[in-house]
Formats: sequence, structure tokens, C-alpha cells
Amino acid sequence: MNFDSELKKGNLIVSDCINCKKITWPPSEFCNQCLKETSWRKCSNQGKIIEFSKQNDIYFGIIEFEKSFRIIGTIIEGNPDINKTVEVTDCGISNNEYFIKLKVTE
Amino acid sequence: MTKVAIAGFGITKFSKEDVKIESILMNATRDLFSNTPNLTQKDIDGVLVSTNSNSKYLSAILSEIVGIQPSIAHSVESLCNSGTNSIVSAYSYISSGLADVILVSGAERYDSPGQVLEWDKLRGEFKHPIFWASLFSKSYKRKYEIKDEDLALVSVKNHKQAVNNPYALSQKEFSIEDVLTSKQLTEDLRLLDCSRPCTGGASILLTSENYYRNFTDSPIWISGVGQKTTSASLTKNPTFDNMGSTKKAADKAYEMSKHNSKDIDVVELHDAFSVCEPMALESLGMADQGKGIKLVKEAYQTGNLKINPRGGLIGSGHPLGATGISQTIEIVQQLQLAAGKRQTDNPKVGLVHNMSAASTSSTVLVLEN
Repeated sequence: MNFDSELKKGNLIVSDCINCKKITWPPSEFCNQCLKETSWRKCSNQGKIIEFSKQNDIYFGIIEFEKSFRIIGTIIEGNPDINKTVEVTDCGISNNEYFIKLKVTE
Repeated sequence: MTKVAIAGFGITKFSKEDVKIESILMNATRDLFSNTPNLTQKDIDGVLVSTNSNSKYLSAILSEIVGIQPSIAHSVESLCNSGTNSIVSAYSYISSGLADVILVSGAERYDSPGQVLEWDKLRGEFKHPIFWASLFSKSYKRKYEIKDEDLALVSVKNHKQAVNNPYALSQKEFSIEDVLTSKQLTEDLRLLDCSRPCTGGASILLTSENYYRNFTDSPIWISGVGQKTTSASLTKNPTFDNMGSTKKAADKAYEMSKHNSKDIDVVELHDAFSVCEPMALESLGMADQGKGIKLVKEAYQTGNLKINPRGGLIGSGHPLGATGISQTIEIVQQLQLAAGKRQTDNPKVGLVHNMSAASTSSTVLVLEN
């Protein structure tokens, strides 16, 4: 199990250090604080928009999960604004690139 | 520690031409030899190459094709920041006594692989630099109530200043209207807000304080060096309306040079996109937060060339590995009062700001005559 293999299946997971409990991001098998091993768990489905812009008619933005780690995704539903809550509707790997699709929930 | 002088330079015209990377390095180095008549190949004990090219062993190759057998020879790569990184490496070899005379040569092709950081998968499909630039622009405009036409002035100014730079990619002036109606790339970025990748080379000669006299009567001294890397991932930037690594690098460079931002008479800063110019001015301490555009406007309206006199990256083009070296060459020419139509008013202290990948790393150099 690793981040890419789970993302391919549509699961967004995160790595917690088994020793110091901190989240390592970008996802890794080793903690970037104490360098011990990490374990994987499913991450929250809800995030917050940190910043966003738009290309053609598609909104993209930096989304923060669990008040901790961030990823750029596509906001496919709702009117985005900073600090608004979004929910993951789909994620995976396409053409060797991560993708994450979100909808605004507030 | 010996002082380190800049004692010579050479540059190629920035273009969109299809030239081999080795030829670009050679052309910039031939120009350096031509500008530095007393320099011979035997004088050089280090050759550093700055590039994002995938070609290997380029410092040995450049050395061979221009007839140098250096002690120290290797490449330096750090995306857009490679040029000043290689100057800092050369500085360190000289100040530590490991070398006395180092040739630093930077080169890039228009199709450089350094334009996209493939590793940063958390950017998803939005890997091209226009996406971080759009997020920076959105954030900066919101926080400081800046409009698109305010940012467009950066492009207008820098294209205008590049007209007097014979090596610049662009030789054309544009109006604010031209910028605002140029191709829309995203909601927050238009084509003329962007620097363009190009083919170009720049070489510079660094020496210890005991050697510069052989090559120049007007050495320019590197009196301050500051570098900072905060992350590699774009998404790790804590904010998107300033350049955190630049501020830290500038603080170090000011401290080392015993100068502060008020002493800077002329600056070449990393305007990869229009929003980067006011942000860099603020992170370098040359403008208060949110007031960078005011400084750009004042400079433009009064014809003061102190911000990016050669046209910056937007006007000159951005051959990644050569950019930091060409920025440094401009400040050298300014401090030598040899910048021709681009000359600022008798500058004593100049600054170079070069950064990579959404300002996740930065280098700042303070130069003086």
C-alpha cells in the first residue's frame, strides 16, 4: 500500500508517523521530522479553499485538509472563495498526474 | 577569507533559436574572453556550468572546447535559481582558498526541461508555472486591493527598459491596454504578464582579491550573499502574497554586506511574472507590504531605471540557467557606470534577486564597487 496505489483506486490517504504522530506531506513512507516509519490512513473528505483561480471555465485551487496538508484540485461544483469548505467528489491518477475534484459545500 | 571580485563577463543575445547547449556555453565564454583581453585559459582553475539541460558533464565539455584544464569543474542545477547558485558556489571556492579564478557559465535552450517541476505531484495537472503565478496574483490583488492594470505596468516598464538592452529577447514596447488584451492564460494572468523561456547564455569571471588586477581596472565586489530554501512543493508556501524565502535570503545578504534595503541604488529582481516584481520589492524590504506597485509606478513615471534596468525577465527573456548570471552582469555594468542608455544615477550598491519554483528558494547577492 502506498499513496499512488490507493489514489489510483480513488482513495485519498495520508501518512502519520508511527513514532511522533505527525503527518508527513508530501506523502512518504518515512517521517520528515523524526525519520521513523509512517502508517497510512484514509484522510478527511472535507477541505478548505486556501487560494484559487480559473482557466477557461474550470476553477482550480489549493485545498487544505485537516488544517495541515495541501493539494491543488479542480473545483467542479459551486462558487469557490477562500476559506469555503469543499468536499472531494472524485480523485485518482490520470495520464500520470494526480487529480482531485471537489465541490463547494457552503 | 579573501574578498571575491567580479572581473569579467560575456553574454549572448537571448533568442528563440535552436542552438546546442554546448554552443551557447561556448559563445558566452568566447564573449567573456573577448571582453577580458589579459585572460588566458591557464589562469582559470575552476569552471562551473549552470543549466537545467539534461546534458551531462557540461563543465568538462565546456572546459575542453575552450581549452581549459580546471581543478574544479561541475554543473549546478537549482531550476530558475541555478545562475546565482553557481555564483555562490564559485564565491565559496574562492573565499575558502580552494581556487583563485573561476569561470561561471550559464546556458539554457528555449525548450528547457527546467520549466516544469515534475516531482511536485501535489500540483496535479497544474504543474506549469502559470498556475502558481495565477494563485500569487489572485492572492496579492485581493490582499492589497491591486488591479490587473496595476500589475500590467510591470510588463510595460520592463519591456520598455529592455529596448535599450541589446541582448534582450524583446525589443518591443507595449501599452497597458496591450497587456490587458494579450492572450488570457487564466483569470489572473495574461501572456504579457509572463517572462518567456528562451535560448541564451551568460558567463562571468570571479577572482580572489589578489588576482583581479590581471583582468580589470574596475572590479565589482560581492559583499553580501544570502540563500534560503523553504520547501520544494508549491503547496508548502505558507502564504501566496509574499516571498518568504526571499525575505530570509535578503536578511542574510544585508547582514553580511553591512547594508540595508535603503542602501540599494539598483536592483535586478526575479520578475518571472508581473506580480513577482512588487512582491520581490516588498520581500527585499525595498517597499512596504502592499506598496511595491507604488514604487514601480513612481519609477516608471519619473524615468528612474533602478528596478530591472535591463528589462528584467519579462523584457529580457528567461533562459533559466543563464538568468541569474545575466542579472548579475547587469548590476556589474551599472556599478561600473558602463550600462549605456540603461545607466542609473551613479549607483554604489546593487542587488541581485533570483528565485525558483514559486519562491520556494531564493538567492540574494549584494554587489558594490
